[in-house]
Amino acid sequence: MREVYVVGIGITSFTRLEYPLSEIAAFPAMVALKDAGLSKVDHVYVANMGSARLNHQTGLASAVVDTLSLTPAGAEVIENGPASGASAIKQGFMAVASGLHDTVLVTSAERLREVNNLEATDVVASLSHPLAEYIYGVTLPSLAAMFTRLYMQKYGVTERHLAMVAVKNHDNALLNFFAHLHEKITLEGILDSPEAMTNNPYVAEPLRFFDCCPVSDGGAAVILASAEVAKQLNKPMIRLAGVGQATDTHCVHERAEPTDLLAVRGAAAKAFQMAGVSPSDVNVAELHDAFTILEIVESEEVGFFKKGEGHLALERGETRLGGRLPINTSGGLKAKGHPVGATGVGQAHEIVLQLRGEADKRQVKDARIGFTCNFGGFGNNVVCLVFKREN
Amino acid sequence: MAVDLEKILRPVDNPVPPFPPKYMMLAGGEEMVIRQVTRDEIPDILQHVEPLIHVERDYYDVVAARLYSELLAYYRYRVQDEYVLVAQINGELVAVVNGRLLSKDVGMSYHTVALRRGLRVGAHAFATKMEYHIDIIGQKEVLVVAESPIGFRRWMIEYELEKRFHIAHELGGVPSWALTKELFNRARETLVVGRRPVPQHLLEKAQAAILPPTDPPKAPVDLLAATRSLYDSTGTALMSQRWKQEGKA
Repeated sequence: MREVYVVGIGITSFTRLEYPLSEIAAFPAMVALKDAGLSKVDHVYVANMGSARLNHQTGLASAVVDTLSLTPAGAEVIENGPASGASAIKQGFMAVASGLHDTVLVTSAERLREVNNLEATDVVASLSHPLAEYIYGVTLPSLAAMFTRLYMQKYGVTERHLAMVAVKNHDNALLNFFAHLHEKITLEGILDSPEAMTNNPYVAEPLRFFDCCPVSDGGAAVILASAEVAKQLNKPMIRLAGVGQATDTHCVHERAEPTDLLAVRGAAAKAFQMAGVSPSDVNVAELHDAFTILEIVESEEVGFFKKGEGHLALERGETRLGGRLPINTSGGLKAKGHPVGATGVGQAHEIVLQLRGEADKRQVKDARIGFTCNFGGFGNNVVCLVFKREN
Repeated sequence: MAVDLEKILRPVDNPVPPFPPKYMMLAGGEEMVIRQVTRDEIPDILQHVEPLIHVERDYYDVVAARLYSELLAYYRYRVQDEYVLVAQINGELVAVVNGRLLSKDVGMSYHTVALRRGLRVGAHAFATKMEYHIDIIGQKEVLVVAESPIGFRRWMIEYELEKRFHIAHELGGVPSWALTKELFNRARETLVVGRRPVPQHLLEKAQAAILPPTDPPKAPVDLLAATRSLYDSTGTALMSQRWKQEGKA
């Protein structure tokens, strides 16, 4: 396999974007092309989850490649639920690593806010099992709530720990221009004050409003290239060093131990093995915190902390900016936002920024190895990536 | 004989109980004071409402234009039985709510404008306005309309307002919705917050001056960062054009 480098990145604000979906995919791609100093690529992958239902648009890749005047490059959509973004990066990686292409644009877009929140929640819920989960009214918040309750009972995680994740990630998002939520929150305001129950009501107990990610529109892009191309572009050499993917049962209730996220564990292990590094080598990570509990659990499953001890590391401040292993410096899905199909590419964007040393006020000092975990379904299809700075 | 026309033009306000100020903690940990303002303070508010008239986003323009006229009418004695409440954080104006008494039993909600977005600033101010009508004045119901989707979600959906479509609301003559005492009681535990009395230092700070909003709603600076395809249906083309103009293409 050839080595694969990230030579360009771009992103939109994660917010409400009243633009055609193809524009939301094209804009970050333009920024990434400009960043890389390229005007053409060999191939285009477009990550998206719900365009057919949300935006009444199919064939998105054809629209995007033409909008960008990149024809006749090959182009296709990659759909893998909320892990579509990292899946698309994985496809780009394989294309370059195999020698099929020298340059690949991986862009992404989601426009959830074209529909109301109920419809958006329903579209996302359609990733659950149609006969065993969805028809009984399962939504992602309800699945996450049941998971959280079990996790609390088993490992002693409390609502305060969940709130601490939210406060941390909102603080980080305040330093990120592109984040959806620029709102300072405090434990007192969302948990302890007499007004906390109104400020932060239960959405699906024990998950409260500030435990859930916002419904975001947005897009992000990365350009992958071979070493030969990367060396010519005079950019920091950020290598996509590890790619891992794993799946688990479609239905959460069919898992032997529902509090174990085996797909996260498996995908991370594969990515670390390919990259030749261990979890303790990682300097900065973006984890898929669609719900605050997931940041804690994923931080354990990928190997940063022992099982059941992620919340203790959080208590010690290890995952804050300035801590031993800052997690979700972008604000995470929790505060940066979660345009589902674009989220994985957005995570990669943040890690590349960090490894380049371009993350401004949220820069992690001397970051050289970064990690992303993009969580599809409710943990049934997960893609993890490891990035290394080489110069 | 000379006629004092002003006496004819000026409505006679009916006395209503004053609103006792309250305060609450926001999600961000800041304490927000909500208090009633006097006519003398209206010019201080107008100067902060006026810029919103030019913000074509989430219907701030329509709401601010109407609120401005309502505040001015109150200041100049051209509206019957109006009141104005303001929400302040460390003196900073973060929300304005107003309304009036339609009759002894029925209130007419006018506007709720958040000058700081998020963290339920507007929602808390609206709940307080309803509390004033139902609990302090003792009315049976308040007529409400929404001019924005945000308002519709906050009032009609969250409070499950009842239809009073046979009554044209004073804002635009559109069909009214109503918050009844029963609905308010149902929402009391979840949507209505606040503590009394307001600590002296918080109240004094609020009364000392109505300070300008530090982060008022603005029209999007970068069309690609938000929002309306009305302005630009081809965002990337616009960005490309801008880069060319800036010599960065």
